[in-house]
Parts: sequence; C-alpha cells; structure tokens
Amino acid sequence: MSRIGVFICHCGENISRTVDVERVALEVGKMPGVAFSTDYKYMCSDPGQNLLKKAIQEQKLTHVVVAACSPRMHEKTFRKAVEAAGLNPYLCEMANIREHCSWVHENKEEATAKAIEIVGMMVERVKKNRSLPAITVPVTKRALIIGGGIAGIQAALDIADCGHEVILVEREPSIGGHMAQLSETFPTLDCSQCIMTPKMVDVANHPKIKLYTHSEIELVEGYIGNFQVTIKKKARSVDEDKCTGCGVCMTKCPQKKIPNKFDQNIGMRTAIYVPFPQAVPNTPVIDRENCTMFKTGKCGVCQKVCGPGAVDFEQQDQLIVEAVGAIVVATGFDLYTINEKPKGSAIKGYGEFGHGKIPDVIDGMTFERLASASGPTGGKILRPSDGKEPKQIVFIQCIGSRAREKGISYCSKVCCMYTAKHTMLYHHKVHDGQAYVFFMDARTPGKSYDEFWRRSIEEEEAVYIRGMVSRLYQKGDKIVVMGSDIAVGVQVEIEADMVVLATAVMPQKGADTLAQKLGISYDKYHFYSEAHAKLRPVECATAGIYLAGACQGPKDIPETVSQASAAAAKVMTLFSKDQLEREPIVARVREAGCVGCFACKKVCAYGAVEEKEIRDRQGNLIKVVAYVNPGVCGGCGTCQATCPSKSVELDGYTDEQIVAMIEAL
Amino acid sequence: MHPEKQKNDFEPKIIAFVCTWCTYAGADLAGTSRMQYPANVRVLKFPCTGRIDPVFILKAFQQGADGVLVSGCHPGDCHYIAGNFHARRRFAAFRKLLEFIGVDLDRLQFSWVSAAEGGKWVEVVTDLTEKVRAMGPMAEFKELAMEEQWSGAINTSELKEAYEAI
Repeated sequence: MSRIGVFICHCGENISRTVDVERVALEVGKMPGVAFSTDYKYMCSDPGQNLLKKAIQEQKLTHVVVAACSPRMHEKTFRKAVEAAGLNPYLCEMANIREHCSWVHENKEEATAKAIEIVGMMVERVKKNRSLPAITVPVTKRALIIGGGIAGIQAALDIADCGHEVILVEREPSIGGHMAQLSETFPTLDCSQCIMTPKMVDVANHPKIKLYTHSEIELVEGYIGNFQVTIKKKARSVDEDKCTGCGVCMTKCPQKKIPNKFDQNIGMRTAIYVPFPQAVPNTPVIDRENCTMFKTGKCGVCQKVCGPGAVDFEQQDQLIVEAVGAIVVATGFDLYTINEKPKGSAIKGYGEFGHGKIPDVIDGMTFERLASASGPTGGKILRPSDGKEPKQIVFIQCIGSRAREKGISYCSKVCCMYTAKHTMLYHHKVHDGQAYVFFMDARTPGKSYDEFWRRSIEEEEAVYIRGMVSRLYQKGDKIVVMGSDIAVGVQVEIEADMVVLATAVMPQKGADTLAQKLGISYDKYHFYSEAHAKLRPVECATAGIYLAGACQGPKDIPETVSQASAAAAKVMTLFSKDQLEREPIVARVREAGCVGCFACKKVCAYGAVEEKEIRDRQGNLIKVVAYVNPGVCGGCGTCQATCPSKSVELDGYTDEQIVAMIEAL
Repeated sequence: MHPEKQKNDFEPKIIAFVCTWCTYAGADLAGTSRMQYPANVRVLKFPCTGRIDPVFILKAFQQGADGVLVSGCHPGDCHYIAGNFHARRRFAAFRKLLEFIGVDLDRLQFSWVSAAEGGKWVEVVTDLTEKVRAMGPMAEFKELAMEEQWSGAINTSELKEAYEAI
C-alpha cells in the first residue's frame, strides 16, 4: 500500500494567483493512496524542502508528488531532497502546474480543475514508480573542442592547463577565428593580433593539446564521459611533419589572384597559401579548386621549389576516431550577407543597400581588414573601388538586426560598440575625414563601454544621427545615403565616399547540421540552446556537451572568453571523478518474454542492444535474447514501443506508469 | 436537445503525448512567455516520441479523450538521434488502422514543435481544441469501453488458463 505525499507549491503568487492551491491540496488529499497533502509558498526554498523531508519521515511516505513548476526546472532539486530523506529519488515525480497551467490560463475555476487533474495523473503514475539504482559509467578524461576561435582556444588552454588532454578541431586551415581578423578591439583599442597570436602559439606548443586544422566533425557517437568522435582531416596537400613553414612555395605559386576569404575577399592570395602570416599551424594548404596542378595536371612549381619535399598532391582526406569524455562547441558566428539570401532561410535580403553591387559599400568585418596593420592595405583606409581615401564615411547600424519584418528580431549586441570603434579608427587614420553614424539606439552596457562610445562622439567627432537609412545609390564616384534624423525630424542626405554596414551576427553556416550530429538543440536562427537561460548557461540539454562563445548567441570578446572558461570549468568538474553517475532511465529486457527477433536492435540509434545467449547447466544453447547495455542506452524508449512481445521496458517510463496516467484522466 | 447547442457547450478532453526535449520544452516556453490557450489539454511527457506506443493513443480514446495530439522534435532534430523518425513511420501506418476502425482522423493530430516554438504549441493546441469542439464528443470508443470494461488485468478464467499455458 502506497503512502503518497503531495506538496503543492504557490510559487510566490505565480501559481496561487490562478490556481486555488488550498482546494487542490484538499481534493488531492481525498485521492486513494494519498496519505498527506499540503501547500506551501515556496517548495523549492530551504524551508520548503525541509517540510518535504520532515513529512516523508513523520508520515512514513513511500512516494512523493511535488506540484510546482516544470520538471525541467526543479525535478533534480526535489529528487535530491527526497533522497536526503531516505527515499529513492525516482519515487518522486513533479506535476507541472505552473508552465502548463497557471501561467497559460486566466480563469481560476478552469485552471484549478486542470491542476487537480494534472496532480491526480501524477499520483497515479507515482504509484507505479520503482526504486531505480544509480548507474555509474567510466569517464574518459579527454575533451574535444569544436572551433578554434578565441572561445575554443580559451577553453582548450584552460582544460589543458589542468592536465587533461584536449583535441581542438578547426574547419579552416588556421586557428584564430574571427578575432584574428579584427584590427583593434573595444573598449581598450588593444591590437587584436597582439593579444590573440600569443594564445594561438600557446595552443600549438601545448603538450596536452592535439590540433586538427582543416578538419571537420564527421560523426559523434556515445554519451557523456564516453563519446567516440570521427574527425575528417581534409587533405592539405602539404605534409605537416615535413613542412618547415619557409613560405617559398607561396612566393613561387603562379596563381596569385585568388580572393582571400580571411581578408573578406579584398586581398589576394596564391593557390598554395596560409590564410594570414601569423597562422597556426604555419603550414600552407593547397586550394585544389584554384590550383593549376589540380585543374590541368601541369604546374607543380611548389613541389619543385619545396626543399624538404613536403608538397604531396596525392594526399587524401583522412578519417580519425578519437575517444573523448566531454565536448565543447565553440563554432562562433558568421555575418549576415545582405546581397544574397541564405539558402532555405526565412530571412529576407537587403538588396536596397547595394551591398555586393556598389563596391564601396562594405560590411564591418571588411572595414576591420582595411584598418588592420596586417590587412590588404597595410592599415590604410582605402576604398575598394579606386584605392582613394574616403573623406566622408557613413556607418549604418542594425543591418539585419532588430528587424522583425526581415526575419531577425534579436540585437547583434556588438555592432554599437564596434561602430564606435570604427569611427575612432577612421579618425585616427584619416584626420580630415568625417564619420556619420545612422543608429536606432546605442546599446553600450559593459565595463567602460558607454565611456568609449561617448569618446567617439566627443573626442573623435563622429556625428550620430538617430534614424534609419531608406535608400543608397551610386552617383558618380559618390554614394548618396538618404535617411531621416528622427531627433530633429528632417530628411538627411549625405554624399559619402564609403559606406560601412553593421550587419547582423548569425550562427555559422551548417550550425544545424553539426547540432544534428551532436544531438543538441538550437533556436530558430540556429544558435545553440543552453540547458537553462540563467542557471545553466554553458551546458547543453545533452549531457557532456558544453557551449562557448557566439555559437550560443551574439557575444563580444570578454563575454566569449568568460563563457569559454566557464565551459572549461564544467568540463573539469566532469573530469574530477573517475566514475560518473548517470540517470538510470534505461531500457531493460525481460528475458523470459524475449523471442530474440531483435527488432529493438534495428531501431536502436545507440547500438546499445547486444545479443545474449542463454544456456542451461550443460552449456546447451536455449535461446538468444536481447541485452541492453545500460552504459550505452540513451533512454529514448523506441525499443519498447517497437518490441512485438513487449519484453523490453524503459525504466521510469514503463507501460504501467503511462497507462496509469491515461486512466487517471 | 439541439445538437448545435450541445456542440458549443461541450468542453473536449485533449490528451497530448509529447517528447521531453522539444515539445514539452516548447510548452514550457509558452508558459514562461505567458501565452494563453484553452485549458482542455493534458500533457503526458515521454523521453521521445519514439517511446509512444500506438496503444497509448487507443487507450486515450478509450478513456474518453476527444482528441489526441502527438508532438515531438522536428525531423532531424531528435535528441535521441532518430526516435522521431521511427515514430513518424509508426504513426503513418497507425493512422491507416485508425481510419479502418472508424476513428475520425481529424481527432488525432501529429505535429513537430521545437523547444523554441512556444507560439506554435499554443497554435497547435488551440486549433485542435477548437476543431474537436466543433466535431462534438467522441462517442464510439466510450460506448465500447462501457460494454467491454477492457483492462490489462488477467481477471477471467479463460485468460488465466491461456496465460498459464504460455
């Protein structure tokens, strides 16, 4: 006979405003099996949890239902409390009467009736709950970091400095990411290269970090503590062990006019190249699409001039399998390309701003390359069209961002600050030039940020115009910018030499495909979702996978670095134990009923189902049945729904429990 | 009695079978965003839509549900790699069976609602509730249930005998 305790939370007023909690407690108290029923202001608080523990002991409760918020919020909290009181944690269930009831209904009568039913359903379910023993699995103390930008680098260094092995995978030929492209960084105007490249070198020299550049994630299998990751190492056509990085191949390559992606396509590179001089590793890669040797079969100059004989045209893509215990995803961002609509995207383009058509309309990242001392112009601000110095420059903020009708409703967060920085860099380099900024709002929260923004106006004489631009067009060698100044209420027309658009920060292309490989969730823009917006900001809902940097949402460098260190700390927490306790929600086979058809094995996405032979005492084979490896089982329950003889059951979600819930309705 | 009036007065019972990672989270988001929807729906949480046995849907109708909603992650987004694909196949076949036994398929809805789609959850639940309200109560199964009093228990001598013979 079960003695169920039901605890109804007011959640301050969040629940009690629309649900008559006293009545729920009273009605539920009459349900068969319920021995104790009460309500309390904040069940999750310390006194609330103590009330729960005390009731379990005094009332000799066997099962507990807490009717409060979503189990996604506090299930762990209450299961821990129940465990502390001496019950198995899986004898506690939560009834969600906040997110699924009080917050979504206004009529008190209806909401109360619904709450009673929800609690009743969980009372019937909990009766069928069984004690589940914890399952422990070993932890592989190696971490995989996906993405070698500042986020990935910081996380890799933090984890490696703690003595754990790290595998860093980067898609591009060099690590460094977007930060390596920046000229100077707000709010201190540090040169980005100066603070970034030493970290890149640290990564390359760290004995605990294994670096795979020009590589991508092919396949991820396994689970927290025990992932198997297949990495595709794309053919570099240059042997990394032999190459000394002398660069002779690049000086001799006859293909010299290939737009360099690192320089936002305004600088040129050769077919055998390193994206930028400070690249790590400093090993060139052959761009096979543009290489004469690969296109025509004739050339091979680089191979001839290479002293150590490192150039290898025959090199193939390699697949490498690595075992890791934790994964940090740090794939970063991409900029909104306003002249083309991303394929299959709901986002509309911005053709009216002429980006991609008018050569002197550039985006913020291109301006960074122009301003960078190591950029294609050597740090001079010059127009891409004719190489002249622009004397009037217009910056337009919020291109793509905060424009719901264009498909992006979020704020890209960094544009206000980097535009302010751009006006300063421009004024430092073109003393007689004038910068104008069209803006909707200036958002400058952050240490020393507002002061920095003010400085761009007060000291660097940037003219800020509140309002949006309606149209841009080429007139001779000028670009006419038509907009409105809503503060004064007049139309503004500026004849500019160059226009810089602060385009929206978006997730990397292919972010959704990677998420599907990892089994993590993402939002409608394909930014990865954290497990909890406030309390678990660097963890994915999928255990063992952590997030760092702009792949989770637009972020500036200080935030990205903090998040990367936070993710590293989470990985280290996981690595601090040799054995990991996992949720015992796994499938179990009832061997007596199993006929060995292995339909379960076919549907199991984890490969958790094994064949087990049952023999008698003489060793004769009686039958072959399915066996679910509890370490590998993901706990989805597809096998149970598939099993024709109903011989496999998912602990925590048994047919009995579910039918009990349906019958309670 | 006026049949029309009866339909309008009727509060349908909707049972939703949802996966914990996408749709349950989406419904939570609807809550945190304080969106409003009819109070007719009761949510049953599963780890994955792959866990949802078609028998549960029959059971729900038998227990007096007027409409059933099954919702999980969008294809390709499954937390358990491919559970929703198995579910999709299973329910495609199951719908045929339901049609055959005479259940109006408008009472059973499948949808994909992600953790980010609180608004879609509200829309799906509201639409189904209103659709079922217009259709009136689901009478067929309730009558059957009254006749048979079916349960999983082995409570007749024939059943006991058959079970022991296994």
